[in-house]
Amino acid sequence: MSTQTDYKKIEKSARLRSRSISTVTYILLTIWAVIVLFPFYWMLLTSVKSYNAYNSEYIPKFFTLTPTLQNYVDAFTTVPLADYFLNTVIFTVVTTAVMLVVTVLAAFAFARLDFRGKDLVFTLFLALMMIPSELVVITNFVTITELDLRNTFMGLILPSVTSVFYIYLLRENFAQIPDELYYAAKVDGTSDFKYLTKVMIPICRPTIITITILKVIECWNSYVWPRLITDDEAYFLVSNGIQEIRENGFGRENIPAMMAAVVVISVPLIIIFLIFHKKIMEGVARGGTKG
Amino acid sequence: MKITLKNLTKKFPSRNKKVREDVIAVNDFNFEIPDGKLIGLLGPSGCGKSTALNLLCGLQKPTSGQILFGEDDVTDLPAENRGVGMVFQNYALYPHLTVKKNIMFPLENLRGKDKLSKEVMEAKALEAAKLVQIDELMDRKPSELSGGQQQRVAIARALVKMPRVLLLDEPLSNLDARLRLQTREEIRRIQKETGITTIFVTHDQEEAMSISDIIVVMETGRIQQIGKPQEVYDNPVNLFVAKFLGTPPINVFSGRIENGSLFIGTDKILNVKSADGTSLADQPVTIGIRPEGFVLSDDGALTLNLTEVEVMGRDITVVSTHPESQNVEIRSIISSENHVEITGDTVKFAIKPHKVHIFSVETGQRIEFTAE
Amino acid sequence: MDNRNNKAWLYLLPAILFLGCFMVYPLIDVFIYSFEEGYNSASQTYFGVGLYNYSYVLHDPYFLQAVKNTFILVIFTVPVSTGLALLISVGLNSIRPLKELYQTVYFLPYVTNTLAVGLVFMILFKKTPYSDGLINLILNIFGMAPVDFIDGPYWAKMFVLCFYTVWVVMPFKILILTSALASVKQDYYNAARIDGTSRMRMFTRITLPMISPSLFYLIITGFIGAFKAYSDAVALFGTDLNAAEMNTIVGYVYDMLYGNSGGYPSYASAAAIILFAIVLTITCINLLISKKHVHYS
Repeated sequence: MSTQTDYKKIEKSARLRSRSISTVTYILLTIWAVIVLFPFYWMLLTSVKSYNAYNSEYIPKFFTLTPTLQNYVDAFTTVPLADYFLNTVIFTVVTTAVMLVVTVLAAFAFARLDFRGKDLVFTLFLALMMIPSELVVITNFVTITELDLRNTFMGLILPSVTSVFYIYLLRENFAQIPDELYYAAKVDGTSDFKYLTKVMIPICRPTIITITILKVIECWNSYVWPRLITDDEAYFLVSNGIQEIRENGFGRENIPAMMAAVVVISVPLIIIFLIFHKKIMEGVARGGTKG
Repeated sequence: MKITLKNLTKKFPSRNKKVREDVIAVNDFNFEIPDGKLIGLLGPSGCGKSTALNLLCGLQKPTSGQILFGEDDVTDLPAENRGVGMVFQNYALYPHLTVKKNIMFPLENLRGKDKLSKEVMEAKALEAAKLVQIDELMDRKPSELSGGQQQRVAIARALVKMPRVLLLDEPLSNLDARLRLQTREEIRRIQKETGITTIFVTHDQEEAMSISDIIVVMETGRIQQIGKPQEVYDNPVNLFVAKFLGTPPINVFSGRIENGSLFIGTDKILNVKSADGTSLADQPVTIGIRPEGFVLSDDGALTLNLTEVEVMGRDITVVSTHPESQNVEIRSIISSENHVEITGDTVKFAIKPHKVHIFSVETGQRIEFTAE
Repeated sequence: MDNRNNKAWLYLLPAILFLGCFMVYPLIDVFIYSFEEGYNSASQTYFGVGLYNYSYVLHDPYFLQAVKNTFILVIFTVPVSTGLALLISVGLNSIRPLKELYQTVYFLPYVTNTLAVGLVFMILFKKTPYSDGLINLILNIFGMAPVDFIDGPYWAKMFVLCFYTVWVVMPFKILILTSALASVKQDYYNAARIDGTSRMRMFTRITLPMISPSLFYLIITGFIGAFKAYSDAVALFGTDLNAAEMNTIVGYVYDMLYGNSGGYPSYASAAAIILFAIVLTITCINLLISKKHVHYS
């Protein structure tokens, strides 16, 4: 019966090993979760500490017993946070809307219509995906300056509209719609444009929503282009606003008020994320990149 | 290697939150698989046969019961220590490795005193490849092989470490009809040559019947019947087994026993007695008649409404209907040598008694009888 | 047919206009700028054509500092973030309870404003007269002397920059790797288990080859992204990166274009093209290496 005992030992060590591996895994994952979440906790916490309380803590406390909303009031009154906010909303909404129209029309042309030179043009489009934005930003800066569009929404929005990748993504999705639907619609006398709006867009709504969300995130967090093109505070977006606040607002040292501003800026996207996290993660996994 | 299953049970917690009851995938299995045989585990999809296979190879743990390989209790032994070979339904060949590397993969896992030199591994891989006749393809990647070739590679990989038991999960389901016939003969041959106890799972009764030494018929987690294919076919224990085996399937009628005679509607088919010679009680019964149990006869007992006659060359299929039939149509196969012209609205058949099975209406169990 | 042709072009027109004006034209123009010597943006004149802009940039100590910073950042963050993401994804893939919660949490940094969260990192790491900051507090527990990570020594600043960069790029990498891992069929692992394969061997012989396309994609995009680092540094050290010795190549390009030292689109163009050349070279090397090691199904 020696083999019998041998087996028992193997069983036991296998069970022990798999349990300890799973314990280590959970510990590791939790550590990373803490590293991810801690800055968010810290910014929330700091934003509700009073200015005096914060500065008197040589050793920062991990909680506060006297939370205050005064910092939020300061954030909206001392610096034009509300303006930054509004600017960003306008910028985001208009850019995303124009991007959607341009993208849908172009994707439709590539997916559904036949025209001479289609393959060549599409290949050129794909090639554009590889161009880094850093290369084109220089000329765009000069162009916008020469057109006298600095410190205008036009100047902010125009170069931010195009997104080759989204055109590509939507075209792939459009192309999956069976041809039969198109022929059936043609036989019924539907125009191309009506087919696009009544059939293709509804069918591809998930992709369009994904593109919209990704573009909104991109717009909300954009920093480089707005920084180059605006130096008038009246046109600052939140990213530039926060940088301005950091360097010149609140007398530099009012960190709780700064954190309140950071919370206000971060909350809209976090809410969108919590609502749409499945869609967003799916969309990004399909080929989004950051920056 | 003899395999013994004792009260083997596997329950899964119900996925439906409203129904608290567990799903019992494998329900109280008891049987012994003799050494060196080819066993077909047969049942409709969802009957638990794949779970049974996973219990045997150790990928899943039973809720209760025991599995013995020979005299060793391997119930709780992890899959990696069981020494079984397994061929997966989709073969699970590593796509990034060549055929040779795939076959060598199990050997490279051996450590310590079992560790093999590269030359030995290559020799063993070649040997296994020769056995399944793919030694020409050693340097290809799986994606460059046909389905049948992939299947052989999978078998070679399972065999190369000389497993105590070979398990095959739906080995033929991904092959086209012609390859299926060829490959099942191949499996039979390989099993005979190696003498390894082999268990394969299938939902295709023809496949199981044609190559198995023993078939195990399952339904909803329970073993219905175990036996040699022909025995099970000739003596199904219940209506399920009778229906499941045979193509075309058995024809089922609602009938009754009345005064020692078997009736379908008003037609008196046979005089029956119980196996021990006493008379059978009057009762409604379910009657199954195999397609080959019909004999054309002008004074036959059973009258059927003729639908059509399908001439298949070797034999003729008479398609007909009957008000008491539980099938939409009744298929009877008669030899084409009779050269009879079948016309008219009805057709009369005499019935071969040993092709008739009687089942209890309530339990579905077969009622044994002798015909007079 | 001609009618149909015209209609298709009409649909494409907005996209072509936008891309033409803001991508194709600038792409050509940036090369022209980079060769125009002594370009004056006010009068739009230049002296001549040549390589002077490149030579100026390559001899500019700020640029060399930026190149050094960028390379350190790339060499540190790409392997660390990719390795860590792989480790976390493998862990994430092996658990069942709480898996989705962890996944969602890990993705959170992706949707946050880099500039805004950078501020939080700054206050966590910063040493002020009032407080040593939280990180120094923790270091203190391990008996280390407090360091100002934001205005202090070079290595400390570089450490924070790398740390924050890793924090920012992790969500994307974890997401890509977890979906790659999830797409490896369980059958392969089952087959390997039955053949007695150890966990380590399963990982190196099955998992890694199977996810190698995704892993490689992450390495390439990781290199490209790290070479283009900029806003992370701004978030931590403010807009005057040259003064903080923390400038990156992209930061140098923008500084040349705009701001206190700005107004030199030619130098900016030359620097941008040098960056592009570096990225292209590294990407090509990556592609060559991958041919040997990546399994594409």
